[in-house]
Amino acid sequence: MVTRWEHFRHEADIGVRGFGATREAAFEQAALALTAVLTNPAEVAPRMPVRITCNAPEDALLFCDWLNALIYETATRHMLFGRFEVRIVDGRLEATAWGEPVDIGRHRPAVEIKGATYTELDVRRLADGGWLAQCVVDV
Amino acid sequence: MRVPVVIFASRALMQAMDAKVLEQACNVAALPGIVQASYAMPDAHWGYGFPIGGVAAFDPGEGVVSAGGVGFDISCGVRTLLTGLRREDIQRVQARLADTLFARIPAGVGSTGELHLSAKEMDAMLQGGARWAVERGYGSEADLVRIEECGCMHGADPRAVSEQARRRQRDEMGTLGSGNHYLELQHVAEVFEPAVAAAYGIAAGNVVVSIHCGSRGLGHQIGIEFLKEMVIAARDAGIVLPDRELACAPLASALGKRYLGAMRAAINCALANRQILTHLTRAAFREVLPEARLPLLYDVSHNTCKEETHEVDGLRRRLFVHRKGATRAFGPGHPELPAEFRAAGQPVLIGGSMGTSSYILAGLANGMERAFGSACHGAGRAMSRHEATRRWQGRAVVDELAGRGILIRSPSLRGVAEEAPLAYKDVSSVVDAADAAGLARKVARLEPLVCIKG
Repeated sequence: MVTRWEHFRHEADIGVRGFGATREAAFEQAALALTAVLTNPAEVAPRMPVRITCNAPEDALLFCDWLNALIYETATRHMLFGRFEVRIVDGRLEATAWGEPVDIGRHRPAVEIKGATYTELDVRRLADGGWLAQCVVDV
Repeated sequence: MRVPVVIFASRALMQAMDAKVLEQACNVAALPGIVQASYAMPDAHWGYGFPIGGVAAFDPGEGVVSAGGVGFDISCGVRTLLTGLRREDIQRVQARLADTLFARIPAGVGSTGELHLSAKEMDAMLQGGARWAVERGYGSEADLVRIEECGCMHGADPRAVSEQARRRQRDEMGTLGSGNHYLELQHVAEVFEPAVAAAYGIAAGNVVVSIHCGSRGLGHQIGIEFLKEMVIAARDAGIVLPDRELACAPLASALGKRYLGAMRAAINCALANRQILTHLTRAAFREVLPEARLPLLYDVSHNTCKEETHEVDGLRRRLFVHRKGATRAFGPGHPELPAEFRAAGQPVLIGGSMGTSSYILAGLANGMERAFGSACHGAGRAMSRHEATRRWQGRAVVDELAGRGILIRSPSLRGVAEEAPLAYKDVSSVVDAADAAGLARKVARLEPLVCIKG
């Protein structure tokens, strides 16, 4: 299982997808895909940590909550995030996202993200033992 | 399905339509308490639970309200301002006006407004909408009659709006946003119905300003929170949803009522936001063209659920009408229209994309029966954002449009590439289909002169 992220096609908006050896790694990769909707994640300096916690009764809803928490922190702190560390125990996600304040000139952010949706929402174990986490985000 | 699905489109639009539209419209037709039919407008495309361009009405007793059926950008809409100017008046100052508008209107990711509301003022804004903004000096009483609900959505419940939603709005009052949101200076390129156009105060060669944006972070957060709550409530009640995004709550339930209160507060947030942007636009014009006055032509909302009276099978009924990416289009004589538009019908403002036409339509009496007084809302995307950035460079799009006399001002060239005109379907064919279907009639076609893009 290669740890990586990608975008996938949606007619009006954009899909974010993460792959990882664990569910947590897939969530972290999908978070990079989320940042890539806004800017190049490699351009974001992971200087400031922000703690995030979420609870949900199933993996898919927890994944959507995770992305929505990042969207919320991005909007209210005016920050972008480039590094993530996720732990999940019994439906509770505890994470740290590292990033920096938006620099319009350097990051040239393309578009705001309104929210992570339940469209194409999927969190599952793949045949090779790795994990996939994905959904469409509304921009 | 409990009711039929009706899609309004030309053969060409139907053939180009995403197969998901029919699937989603069928899912909507299966929801409890739906009345008459599940409709899709000519610009319908793959949405979230409901198709974008979907219209559905529900019985207050047996029906449901769906957070997905309203969408994340609650009350996203368009307003158009008249300027009293002609195209030749603008040409001399077009670049200066573009720069002044861009300097005055906060646009794009991370932009913030100058207005930061206290908790008490936030409550007043959520309750009062555009009326609240006018009372604080952003515009005049005359603006209010030219807005749906006279600028203030009744039944808003600020207590149903979370702290997170309020915090997300803290810096975003009077901001345009990004994506497909814009402020455009346009000229009236063609008039199809001179008498109706005259009633609306427009004629060929006139210059107008159109603003497209919504309820900003507050509306997005309300959409996110209630969607999750409705999904979990459905799961706990043993209801199997064909699509999680269709999550809904009975209109008569506590959750349904709480969502309606929060959604109406978000509608007021959108109306207040567009009112503040109108004030900033007028200030920009005063700097460049001090003699110009910018009265409001009309303001329409696209993503709402509203309680309205409609005739169904010869009976007048109160219904909750969801319009997801669809415009209210009330016909002549409707009591909710301002007196000066009662003979002509409601102005229906259809946004294009940078470099393409926008349209002004008028609601029709027959349209009230066709789809609960609803029409299309815009072009709809023809391709993904990724595909658009693969095909076009932002700088090249800006230069090409400048060569055609259209000035683009945006903080993000990548955003411009994603919103390239050809990334959208042909708005003219959408409007022609709406006209042919009797949803609304074409009144005027607008062409852009300046576009401020978020």
